[in-house]
Amino acid sequence: MDESRPIFIQIAEQVENDIIEGSLSEGGQIPSTNEFATFLRVNPATALKGVNRLVDDGIVEKRRGIGMFVTQGARARLIERRKADFAAEYLRPLIIEAEKLGIDIEELAGLLRAERITS
Amino acid sequence: MTRTVVRATGLTKRYGSFTAVDAVDFTLEENRIYGLLGRNGAGKTTVMQMLTGQIFPNDGQLEVFGRTPAEHADVLRRLCFIAESQRYPDAFHASHVLKAAPWFFENWDAEFAKRLVDDFRLPLNRPIKKLSRGQLSAVGVIVGLASRAPLTFFDEPYLGLDAVARHIFYDRLLTDYAAHPRTIVLSTHLIDEVANLLEHLLIIDQGRILLDRDAEEVRGSATTVAGGRAAVESFVADRAVIGREGIGGLASVTIDGRLDQADRVRAAELGLELAPVSLQQLIVHMTGTDLRADSIEQEVAA
Repeated sequence: MDESRPIFIQIAEQVENDIIEGSLSEGGQIPSTNEFATFLRVNPATALKGVNRLVDDGIVEKRRGIGMFVTQGARARLIERRKADFAAEYLRPLIIEAEKLGIDIEELAGLLRAERITS
Repeated sequence: MTRTVVRATGLTKRYGSFTAVDAVDFTLEENRIYGLLGRNGAGKTTVMQMLTGQIFPNDGQLEVFGRTPAEHADVLRRLCFIAESQRYPDAFHASHVLKAAPWFFENWDAEFAKRLVDDFRLPLNRPIKKLSRGQLSAVGVIVGLASRAPLTFFDEPYLGLDAVARHIFYDRLLTDYAAHPRTIVLSTHLIDEVANLLEHLLIIDQGRILLDRDAEEVRGSATTVAGGRAAVESFVADRAVIGREGIGGLASVTIDGRLDQADRVRAAELGLELAPVSLQQLIVHMTGTDLRADSIEQEVAA
């Protein structure tokens, strides 16, 4: 767990990543609040807050007495949202560092292409 | 709707001219895990002793399960207090402690206690006097967990417990709490180890409550900004500073309040390093001398 951000957000993001990467499919069941709490060694109230965030965002839904399930269309919505944040979270720091080092946009594009080939 | 288990108003305890607990107000809600944190001599144990009816307050109101705790058997029956260095009768073995425990705790789970004895590898038939420091702490931890008391206090429960045993304690505490919710107050110096277990924090210093907030609100609420002195100072100019260090042209300032994306971009542009502040570091800042020096400076300036 990363110290700088609330744990419940990190729990929600972990589930979101599993959905985006496909290891958790739409209609699939996510772990219970207590399973999250004991596995991650966090307070159950914190885990509940993370799960509730996913419910509020329409990513998972509660089926009374059974558990929490990933909603239909959750993956597409998550990707949409992550794309919207991509520039601020990833490109902006990249550009700041590139400018510091005197790398212009053309050179940066070249580096990105080269990195893509090698990875 | 959660129920209030403890309500303290103006709670005060004096020993002669020394005020150990100075007119504190707080409440404990049902089925939450609290961290009661602070330095040695801050007043943590005194607060817990008043809550469990072991000592009387000099002033203020105190209600535990709706009544004064001292001399009310129906309240005391619902409490479990695990002291830092619990003493037992000389001839006692751990097996005697476990046999006597159900007389005091109506929710006692003997099966659970047995499993914990195995987990902690506690020798049951050896005189308690002959147990190691860690084994002695294990006796208390087992009693505290298996009592399932509606209000359980652990006051520095694990002196001498090794890292493995401490993690067994955290794991068993969480799983059992999830299955049998109750109010738990954990007082400890090992703040970073327990930080994620806590739902609510009470930080006490010199007999006063410095902070009474949900752990999630506190997490990530402070950041250390490090870099060139001028850049750091311009970045923190209109923020609440809770700690300040520096050598030569370098400064490291801890600020209260969350940073947004724009702040992070600005810090990066100024070439500043941002580091999260752990709960333990935050408490060091809040209860340490650097803060006090700062606030005195501010008072003088004001």
